[in-house]
Amino acid sequence: MDVNKKININEILKDLEHYRPKRRGWTWRKPYHGKMDGYEYKQISEPLKNSIPLPAAHYFDNIDPQPDLVITSEIASGRFEDDIRRMRMAAWHGADHIMVIRTLGQSHIDGLMEGTPEGIGGIPITRKQLRATRKALDMIEEEVGRPINLHSYVSGVAGPEIAVLFAEEGVNGAHQDPQYNVLYRGINPVRSFVDAAVAKRIMAWANMLQIDGAHNANASARVSWKVMPELLVQHGINSLYSVKVGMKPENIALSTVPPTAAPTPTMRINLPYAVAVRELFKGYKFRAQMNTKYIESDLFDATRMHMIDAFITRLTGAHLQSTITPDEGRNVPWHINSIRGVETAKHALIALDGVMDYVKIDKEKINEKVRELKMRAILMLEEIIEVGGYFEAVERGFFVDNGYYPERIGDGIKRKKDGEIAAGTVVPRDKDYMAPVCEHFGYNNLPSGIEKPCDLIGGCTICRPEKIKYIDELDESDNVNLRLQKIEKDEIKPEVEWSNDGVIQIDMTFPTSPDLAEAAAIETAKKFGLTDINVIHKTVLHPAEGTYVEIKGRIPFSINLKDLKLPEKIEQLPDEEIIDFFKRYPVSVVAGTVGNDEHSVGLREILDIKHGGIEKYGIKYVYLGTSVPVEKLIDAAVETNSVAVLASMIITHNDVHIHNMKKLNDLAIEKGVRDKLILVAGGTQITNDLAKSAGMDAGFGRGTHGADVASFLVRELRRRGYR
Amino acid sequence: MTRSDDFEERSAHLKGLSDEELDRRFWELVEKVVDPLVELARTHTSPSIERSVLLRMGFDSITAKNLVDKIFEQNLLGKGAGNVVYRFAKAKKMDYLDAGQMLVKEDHWDEVRSLFGVDKNGR
Repeated sequence: MDVNKKININEILKDLEHYRPKRRGWTWRKPYHGKMDGYEYKQISEPLKNSIPLPAAHYFDNIDPQPDLVITSEIASGRFEDDIRRMRMAAWHGADHIMVIRTLGQSHIDGLMEGTPEGIGGIPITRKQLRATRKALDMIEEEVGRPINLHSYVSGVAGPEIAVLFAEEGVNGAHQDPQYNVLYRGINPVRSFVDAAVAKRIMAWANMLQIDGAHNANASARVSWKVMPELLVQHGINSLYSVKVGMKPENIALSTVPPTAAPTPTMRINLPYAVAVRELFKGYKFRAQMNTKYIESDLFDATRMHMIDAFITRLTGAHLQSTITPDEGRNVPWHINSIRGVETAKHALIALDGVMDYVKIDKEKINEKVRELKMRAILMLEEIIEVGGYFEAVERGFFVDNGYYPERIGDGIKRKKDGEIAAGTVVPRDKDYMAPVCEHFGYNNLPSGIEKPCDLIGGCTICRPEKIKYIDELDESDNVNLRLQKIEKDEIKPEVEWSNDGVIQIDMTFPTSPDLAEAAAIETAKKFGLTDINVIHKTVLHPAEGTYVEIKGRIPFSINLKDLKLPEKIEQLPDEEIIDFFKRYPVSVVAGTVGNDEHSVGLREILDIKHGGIEKYGIKYVYLGTSVPVEKLIDAAVETNSVAVLASMIITHNDVHIHNMKKLNDLAIEKGVRDKLILVAGGTQITNDLAKSAGMDAGFGRGTHGADVASFLVRELRRRGYR
Repeated sequence: MTRSDDFEERSAHLKGLSDEELDRRFWELVEKVVDPLVELARTHTSPSIERSVLLRMGFDSITAKNLVDKIFEQNLLGKGAGNVVYRFAKAKKMDYLDAGQMLVKEDHWDEVRSLFGVDKNGR
């Protein structure tokens, strides 16, 4: 794949019928021992071939250390062809576990779906969509240089079939937990457990990582820390059930969420729970999930919460760090927020690298709480057995009760053993029951003398993948081909989730009450010409003084790429040419940040040899520091016989940067030295055009390197006769 | 059912257990809950399980669904859907994938029942 080209969906869809995944099973990251930019890390994995590092990386030689934990990104907008693009973005930011959410209602479809119809809040999981996605990920993982795990859900009333589909198509991980079916999908409890055993055995064969569904109790309970005892019980039931049907503990991951969040005293509640679950479930894997229950529409608060959650991951250990997009509380996640979620995890895990070398949890102090949690869970198990077992306990509403067990509020979820969806569909296996396929859990009356069950039929799809039947499309009016035809090649719109969806977000603060601010924001959006306007977030700054509002809406136009004019890019000269020039013409420049401005980092990067600044090319510089008056810059240039002034300007209030550039030019003219001096301005808000219009010879903005400035100086000096 | 938090009294018998004993007790009880569930799964089947068998035999999902719906209607699911197709194909001396299609399109259920020696109620 060409890094500078968009992934070609048509190419991926070509010849899918014959595509086979490169591998099966889950892949963990490989530990990396070695320094990066001189820094020693204790908990990182092999670096990527291509990636986008954290924002501050450019101060540190652009290193992008990858944490030791697998990082999950949940992606599902409803169109898999758009999800694939987002997966590529997420992979570049450090995700290697892509969790694909299913479309609304798929868990109640009794059978497999086929083709590529559009979904709601997720995609319909079909063979074609999985195969296309796996094929795309096979390409993306080569681009970034790390295996990527594809993951979805083996739940609902078609669990065993979906498990077969996943095993055949190289899906690497899946949620599987019959309790999820029972409690949250209202599927008959007996059917859920009977199906789960077969599904789990197939997953075990495919070496898939299983994640359980306990975290949902957290999201469903009103006060989510109160279900902590039950969470231990739910983890226990699914884990041991899985082991008993053939899954290895190292392929079973507990989905664990720090249950509460600020404003509660979060750490004192979450930490003992995290310790208890890790002590009880030794030998299993831990998937640390971020809290969803308390995500409101505020992106920043979600991010703060997730930083604290990731802190618990480092304090207590985990194998996967899953991410929740900070916008989950307000819309189907947008591209940018999937990436923000991954960045939050990466930032936190790297920032906390090796912290446990210095910090220890005081076992003595925390143990009372840890033991209490375990005891509460044990008491719940005792009562489950007392009432007759799991099904009877569910009928009596034991689960997701908002009481802190053994306290009971009486609002638990109740499901009937012989009721709910798909009740009465489970039948006993007769004495002559037989299934001529491999990896089939349960009683199987196979004829004697055969080596493996599928010898009876000349091989099953598990042993002979060429026997898999591929269905392309079933719906002529709803498929990827039609959607792709609608995409204009040269026309572009901003997008948040789907190709050219035209959605933008605008934020604004009105100096008034929340109600008026909201109405004013909608009016503003209307005047901008937006359609489908929605207020997605409000922060009250003060009941009367001000309200911050975020709105989204659709723009009614598109931009033609052919009409766009890009500012001319000036090529850097080769290093040797610059060095050679300044050997022949040893010149000096003066530099400083002008006005009342204490920013120095940007300019130091342009100057210092350490950062590849102009010093490297033999240019001498006189650095005058920060908050330098314009007069001083000109005077110093004259005194030191310098050829150029490099003026840095970061602050832009009231256009002070434009004012200072003009002043620099005027003063140079006034002092009669304008012709002798090259005047250069630099800063985050400076462009070459802006600087020139304010009397400078050149301007440099964000992302400028010493080589750019040195190249300009060579060219300008040549123009002025230095040949 | 409602109940106030009687943790202190209710947990009296657990207070004396060591950390390890508590962990062990937890897992013993989980096992007591799980074992009957595993046994239930070992001895039962469902339409989805049988469709998963047919998929593994190389049927497409649509055929698998049609076949299992019919086999369920005929009270033959307890024999195993794969078994039904396999035995029918053998009796007809034909490829089992073709036999599956034949069972979807045509009524051969009396024949199938006689292969397994059962009546219309599957007995």
